[in-house]
Amino acid sequence: MSRGLLDIESLSRSEIEAILARSKHFQPAPGEPFKRFDTLRGRTIVNLFFEASTRTRTSFELAAKRLGADAISIAAASSSIAKGESLVDTLNTLGAMRPDAIVMRHSASGAPHFLSRYLPVPIVNAGDGTHEHPTQALLDALTILDRRGTLERLRVAIIGDIAHSRVARSNIFLLSKFGAAIVLCGPAPLLPREMAALAPGIELTTSMEQAIRDADVIMMLRVQLERQHEAAFPASEYFQFFGLRPEHMQLAKPDVIVMHPGPMNRGREISSEVADSKRSAILNQVENGVAVRMAVLERVLAQ
Amino acid sequence: MSRLIIKNGRVIDPSQQLDRICDVAIEEGRIREIAAGLPTAGAQVFDASQLIVAPGFIDMHVHLREPGFEHAETIESGSRAAAAGGFTSICCMPNTQPVNDSATVTSYIRQRARESAIVHVFPIGAITRNSAGEELAAIASMKEAGIVAISDDGKPVMNARLLRRAMEYACALNLPLIEHCEDLHLSAGGDMHEGFQSTRLGLRGIPRSSEDVMVARDLILAELTGVRYHVAHLSSRNAAGMVAFAKQRGLPVTAEVTPHHFTLSDADMLPYDSNYKMKPPLREASDVQALLEALASGAIDAIATDHAPHPGDEKMQEFERCPFGIIGLETALALALERLYHPGRISLPHLIALFTQNPARILSLHRGALRPGDIADVTIFSLERDWTYDVNRSFSKSRNTPFHGRRFRGGPVATIVAGKIVWQAEQ
Repeated sequence: MSRGLLDIESLSRSEIEAILARSKHFQPAPGEPFKRFDTLRGRTIVNLFFEASTRTRTSFELAAKRLGADAISIAAASSSIAKGESLVDTLNTLGAMRPDAIVMRHSASGAPHFLSRYLPVPIVNAGDGTHEHPTQALLDALTILDRRGTLERLRVAIIGDIAHSRVARSNIFLLSKFGAAIVLCGPAPLLPREMAALAPGIELTTSMEQAIRDADVIMMLRVQLERQHEAAFPASEYFQFFGLRPEHMQLAKPDVIVMHPGPMNRGREISSEVADSKRSAILNQVENGVAVRMAVLERVLAQ
Repeated sequence: MSRLIIKNGRVIDPSQQLDRICDVAIEEGRIREIAAGLPTAGAQVFDASQLIVAPGFIDMHVHLREPGFEHAETIESGSRAAAAGGFTSICCMPNTQPVNDSATVTSYIRQRARESAIVHVFPIGAITRNSAGEELAAIASMKEAGIVAISDDGKPVMNARLLRRAMEYACALNLPLIEHCEDLHLSAGGDMHEGFQSTRLGLRGIPRSSEDVMVARDLILAELTGVRYHVAHLSSRNAAGMVAFAKQRGLPVTAEVTPHHFTLSDADMLPYDSNYKMKPPLREASDVQALLEALASGAIDAIATDHAPHPGDEKMQEFERCPFGIIGLETALALALERLYHPGRISLPHLIALFTQNPARILSLHRGALRPGDIADVTIFSLERDWTYDVNRSFSKSRNTPFHGRRFRGGPVATIVAGKIVWQAEQ
């Protein structure tokens, strides 16, 4: 199996630290434009998105281009997947074109793990189903480092649809490796008890107040009200009990930061006042996405 | 006159508390005599020294895929895999295309079995038409055509009222009803057991409760109707407890367990490998332990494989898109020896009863014993043979198993159906 980046769970703390350190190198200085490199000149990266995602796809494209690589993006709707070709066949076809790496977003958990057993090309997981979203957790960590200087001994509240969130899983695996205290909060049906066993130092609560109290970081998750046929929680009262509003902020540490992986639903899981406040690190997250993905692509291709 | 002498084996037939080293004489396809030092003049001789000679094994739960899915398995290929696993009789579930929900389909399966199978094939008929759970199938006609039980296996009968009617009807026909216990609302969308592993892997869960509530409901209805009720592929520790309780209360309730459920837990899965995907799913270590104990205590009556072939391209997909099920005929006995006999959990006669006397009793088959006059179905196996399962040499048309490459201690050596040696292990 070739070396890609499939998940955070299997990374060591030192590997994460190495990626974050390299990411800092790729961050532009304040007021400066992004620097361009030619580290990956002549290398080809295929971005294969089986699920729509403007943000992550664009971020990976920019990262590849700023390293001098050729990046090709393929959206599933325009590919042969829509014509009934199997995932294995599609990837074999792409593999025959000899890309140096495949960046892959897929709605099925484990799809990149499954493929990596059969393909010699390194795969970077850009989000698999409800499993992991490793580069999101890395860019979140970089954002926290920017604002707080350390990942250690922080109290991090993750709030929303925990059960179906790949962002939550990746962040749990990453932050726990640095000894963070993690509080997971959401409606009980979206908060499986087993989440507490994923890593040491995890607490579950259905109370926003308890989750936010003394928090250093608040991570809000996108909530899918569209999936109401599953009737996992009453949508009508979601914002009242799990939406982040200005009055919550005084419970947290004075220098708390608020994060969101996007796309945000204003007035659903987060109020505009909070999203646009100086506590919000949401735009920093987007900016850091490119730097982190440059570090990841460089690492994956540096062999 | 054809005569076969199985020489010097340890002959074990739990139905008559027989366990001694002696010979078995077979004539014209039937057991003639069991005694020591039988004369061999003019007879074919099988030397069973150091081997176990048992009544032919019965697998009461297999999917042969014919008619309709012959690319996955046929009655012939499935029967060959059965023979290689030591089975002389197999009972095929009705979820073919068309579903075995009429005497016509039942007769077709029996006809194809006569033409192509090398072991006995006993069809199981559907409970409801097309196994759609809406109206009863032609159960009495199928019984006349030769079914030995009814089941909508692959699906439960979700409608409790309809199930009650089916139980009443089956009871009057003295047919056992076999249920696939899964509340489809609780399990909807699930791909593996709901628990720590599914949470970690981000896969949707099939909760243990989806099995438990159906077993509970069914036991209540079984008591109401008096039907002989059988739980297919029991996997939950709670369900095992409920079956044991029903038996204590004297209800005619039985249950089977598969080798994979008493061998593997969800923690043993190779992540996202569909060779570990089946229904019910591999559950937790505590369930595996409970199943082993229920087998030892007699709460579980039979080992059945739920042999479920799927061609490679269907299993080579994203985990959530892969069909459920694994093949199991060729590894069942070896897994039972590994998990039950070698660790000393159960005696050899008890292990053999789980494959012979008990399924024969549940289904009222005239099989599973070695008495003079019986059809000469015999399973000969070794307790010590060192071998490794190579699925690429399987007789099945499918390759979906988590046990490829597993090394075993003991396994089938020869399979005799109606007096004829239909399979023998390579030396």
